Amino acid sequence: MTSISAAIPALPRKYHAASIWALYVIGLCPAAWYFYQAATGGLGFNPVKTFEHLLGIWALRLIIATLAITPLRDLFGINWVRYRRALGLLAFYYVLMHFSVYLLLDLQLNFAAVGGDIAKRPYITIGFAALLCLIPLAVTSNNWSIRKMGQGWIRLHKLIYLIAIGGAIHYVLAVKSVTSGPFAHIALIGILVAYRLIRRPLVNWKRGRRQSAQVVR
Amino acid sequence: MPAYRPPHISPSEITPKDIYLSRRGFIGAAAAAGFGLAASSEALAAPLSAVPGPYKLNEKLTPKEAVTTYNNFYEFGVNKEDPSQNSGAFKTTPWSVKVEGMVGKPKEFGLDEILKMKLEDRTYRMRCVEGWSMVIPWIGFPLSAILDQVEPLGSAKYVAFETVVRPEEMPGQGGLFQPLPWPYIEGLRMDEARHPLTILAAGLYGETLPNQNGAPIRLVVPWKYGFKSIKSIVKIKLVEEQPQTTWKNSNAREYGFYSNVNPAVDHPRWSQATEQRIGEGGFFGTKRVDTLPFNGYANEVASLYSGMDLKANY
Repeated sequence: MTSISAAIPALPRKYHAASIWALYVIGLCPAAWYFYQAATGGLGFNPVKTFEHLLGIWALRLIIATLAITPLRDLFGINWVRYRRALGLLAFYYVLMHFSVYLLLDLQLNFAAVGGDIAKRPYITIGFAALLCLIPLAVTSNNWSIRKMGQGWIRLHKLIYLIAIGGAIHYVLAVKSVTSGPFAHIALIGILVAYRLIRRPLVNWKRGRRQSAQVVR
Repeated sequence: MPAYRPPHISPSEITPKDIYLSRRGFIGAAAAAGFGLAASSEALAAPLSAVPGPYKLNEKLTPKEAVTTYNNFYEFGVNKEDPSQNSGAFKTTPWSVKVEGMVGKPKEFGLDEILKMKLEDRTYRMRCVEGWSMVIPWIGFPLSAILDQVEPLGSAKYVAFETVVRPEEMPGQGGLFQPLPWPYIEGLRMDEARHPLTILAAGLYGETLPNQNGAPIRLVVPWKYGFKSIKSIVKIKLVEEQPQTTWKNSNAREYGFYSNVNPAVDHPRWSQATEQRIGEGGFFGTKRVDTLPFNGYANEVASLYSGMDLKANY
């Protein structure tokens, strides 16, 4: 297992900050590219819906990436925790853009229709609730909040599991039939959330094995 | 001894340019036919002449490119661009439609025979259950013209339709995640099937149907949501009981047998009050229009449902 982490060259510490900023820039590229395509006729004959859906799918992908950081470290010894905040915030930006396109370009600020959708359509209710839940996480995604809130910060940020499940349900309910694309996203979220249930015993077991190995030596 | 060096001969000295260019065309066509590599079947579309039909519609036509690239035809994939990109390998000749069941004279109609029917221009609104719409100039003939030829029995109360199953030519019918069970099946009540608005379409925009639009022959029932208008039909069966239909089987709460366009009855997951006109408005000004009862054909068809609760029979 350590061979996987050994196979990935370690990034020198002096480039860590730059790599995080690079991640923000790269992470926003899909949105910028699709926006350009939509505005210039490259997204087909229903560019608003296509753009809206692509933003939603990328939000789910970024949530999946955020949830993958811990198992990558636990199971493969790859420590990318420094990128987790950027991935989580990017996911929030994509959810925000997803909702903005729905509000501005799809329903064109028809607030009665937006309110009706949120109240009556379960998949939109769930999606909107997930967006609201993401706000406190985004607001507290800084070192000051972590210091100030202590254990409360950790408890608050466990909300991401609920948000991820909400996002997956939102996706399932929005499509007419679950094909390979939706299934892959939903399955990954399911696995990554379920991993949290077995994580504690698994990590303890691994630690115990390492210790007993040291004793033998 | 020096190694043998072949003399340098450029390809143009061996094969005249017009021949190798035409060979490229042939290879391209063969690849398109064989593997359906994003081959637009428009290359196969042939002109189709028709006489003016009885229904006039003074609305702006949806651009042909939109009609032929923004499609729901799950046999070729679930994304809107899939049918135009994945239908190149679909073969529509030879083709025949079996008409059977409770009829005096069951018959198998060859495509050439179908195309000899009196074809009319029928420009109709098309409203998808997903909340978008188009205005499409179809070419076709009343379904009743075919039904008359097979002499329906008095006991025949419904008409059931079936789409072809060819996983080797229809990529959406293969693979691990099938969006729907095949064959795609649909049905109409006999009076709906015999209504003069109900047509079998063989073309659009003056040409034979592109594969992605349901070639070579499809149903068009303009007052119902688009999924009722079954594509690439191989079988029509007259039956006594209400036939099963694909989307109702898939989710009966969301898709009913009738599926008449009705702004007052929402889809459980979205409103049906308005619709987005595809190909108009663009990215910064989506064009939304009010959805009309029976998709604007209430004068013609509302009487078919008099006394029926349209909320219960959605």
